[in-house]
Amino acid sequence: MSILKSREAILAFAILALLALIASRFPGFVTPGNLARVLTDTSPLILLALGQMAVILTKCIDLSVAANLALCGMIAALMNGAGVPLPLILLAVIALGAALGAVNGLMVWKLGIPSIVVTLGTMTIYRGTIFLLTGGAWINAHQMSEGFKAFPRTIIAGLPVMTWIALAVVAGVAVLMNRTALGRAFHAVGGNPHAAVYTGISVGRTQFAAFVLAGALAGLTGYLWVARYAVAYVDIAGGFELDVVAACVIGGIAIAGGSGTVAGCVMGALFLGIIKNALPVVGISPFWQMAISGAAILVAIAFNATSQRESGRIILKQAEHRT
Amino acid sequence: MSVIGKALATAAMGLALMTTAAQAEEMRIALVVKALGIGFFEAANKGAEEAAKELGDVKIIYTGPTDTTAEGQIEVINSLIAQKVDAIAVSANDTDALVPTLKKAMDRGITVISWDSGVAPEGRQMHLNPSSSSLIGNMIIKLAADNLPKDGTSEVAVLSATTTSTNQNTWIEEMNKVAPNYPNVKVVGTVYGDDLADKSYREAQGLMQTYPNLKAIIAPTSVGIVAAAQAVTDAGKVGQVNVTGLGLPSEMAGHVKSGASKSFAIWNPIDLGYSATMLAYHLAKKDAEAKPGASIAIGRMGEVKLDDKNEAAMADPFVYDAGNIDQFSSIF
Repeated sequence: MSILKSREAILAFAILALLALIASRFPGFVTPGNLARVLTDTSPLILLALGQMAVILTKCIDLSVAANLALCGMIAALMNGAGVPLPLILLAVIALGAALGAVNGLMVWKLGIPSIVVTLGTMTIYRGTIFLLTGGAWINAHQMSEGFKAFPRTIIAGLPVMTWIALAVVAGVAVLMNRTALGRAFHAVGGNPHAAVYTGISVGRTQFAAFVLAGALAGLTGYLWVARYAVAYVDIAGGFELDVVAACVIGGIAIAGGSGTVAGCVMGALFLGIIKNALPVVGISPFWQMAISGAAILVAIAFNATSQRESGRIILKQAEHRT
Repeated sequence: MSVIGKALATAAMGLALMTTAAQAEEMRIALVVKALGIGFFEAANKGAEEAAKELGDVKIIYTGPTDTTAEGQIEVINSLIAQKVDAIAVSANDTDALVPTLKKAMDRGITVISWDSGVAPEGRQMHLNPSSSSLIGNMIIKLAADNLPKDGTSEVAVLSATTTSTNQNTWIEEMNKVAPNYPNVKVVGTVYGDDLADKSYREAQGLMQTYPNLKAIIAPTSVGIVAAAQAVTDAGKVGQVNVTGLGLPSEMAGHVKSGASKSFAIWNPIDLGYSATMLAYHLAKKDAEAKPGASIAIGRMGEVKLDDKNEAAMADPFVYDAGNIDQFSSIF
């Protein structure tokens, strides 16, 4: 536990160092107002990373989250066009996202197909469904109602609703992971599936639950995304699933499953969010930006990998001494 | 074959000859589009009908496949050849796949031109581009300059697609060439939104932070211009930062009304359909010839000049603003 704690401390320190570095080139970046803006901008990434974390903990991966987000976002925009009230839209996208996640989960659970294969397939299917629904047409700002667009931006106590939603979900997932049987099951299933079975945990059912959670969060984020950027089309959040996985990995979620914390996951997302928001303002050539953000991810992961490596336990002390 | 059968066959042949004779007076121009049911092409058809009315003796056959495939267009063109139309003006789904079929059409004396999306040179007599890179490059900076104070210099930034987008890079290059003609514009930088809504939005926010005195963002990409307009709205800088560039009226309508974008440009499909019809008419009538350097009149649009690849640029991109956005946002 002390190792885990220190890893998060290291990540927090890395974030502070990063902020200091950015501030030395562009002081305006670290003003409270701008940091709040960065937090808001990173909210979708945090939401998806939390769902992805649950999936990765159970030794799976969900590549369909961005497509799920795009499909739910499009459905939200279409429902808004049909005059459905906002609370109903919110419930519908969460339910739809969960259902799309359940499709992934069922295939992993009941058919035993590797999750990377399942979600690669559903990723394409979900994007294709958007095309079928709209024929490739866009839904634009003027086709959305004012209330639909305004909800995530409404400022409450200094922060937009979107940020509050992300913070609430962070708290909710933290409770789920640390205080419930399901949370422990996520860790157990990924940490040692065989031992989990012997303690009476169904591996498949736990993986299914993780996919449903990731799907529901993706669905919710779908609405937030579409309302924030005021546009819905087939390709929104294209390639975003890789950012989500990267945020988890930076946050110290072991890609082999079983280990990782909510705090690490959130900080991983923030780390990536800060880089994404800082690169446009620090005056680095766009041709370097991709290389820099890739290098930052690699450094963070390399750092994690070394601190994560368990030192082997010596079981034959005498033999050790003899050599 | 019975006597009656023979008589009927003769009668049918006679009738066929008569109809051909009747149609010879009326020129039939086929407007072949990428697919039916696309607003952009429906608007082009409107322009073609306008040209037909102006010319008087022209009938437009508006047709195309139901999905945007080259196979579908080949089928459509084959049936047009069978109908012996006088001219085919096509916006191609594939540069090369249509060439053999269109060659066959030209062998039968049918005039073939391409417009909007071109066909390889051997498959058509000429190609009509909606605009040219230099006209577009000039237009996007002109749009920014027109809405800025005439004296002094104002900071303007460019939000492009990806660093490797050929179209955008060419337009920006052309824009920089003519930039000295607009002394009130100072281009301070180019950023790349990768044609992703979220990245473009973030880059636009970054521009407004890096250049607090920024007066305009030029986004020559339809994803970028929408994202930039939203970022300006969210930053509360409507009226201070003007977003302009290239976009589609249906996607930009909301942002023009909110004032985030005073004006933007894109080619006008009505003019395009009109000009393509005019060109097809003159070439089929043989009162113009498609050869490098030739000038061909296209009615109210003036005239076009063919370059060494037998390609011509129609006109400046058409400017959309609060005055005409409603009319076009329902079209495309």
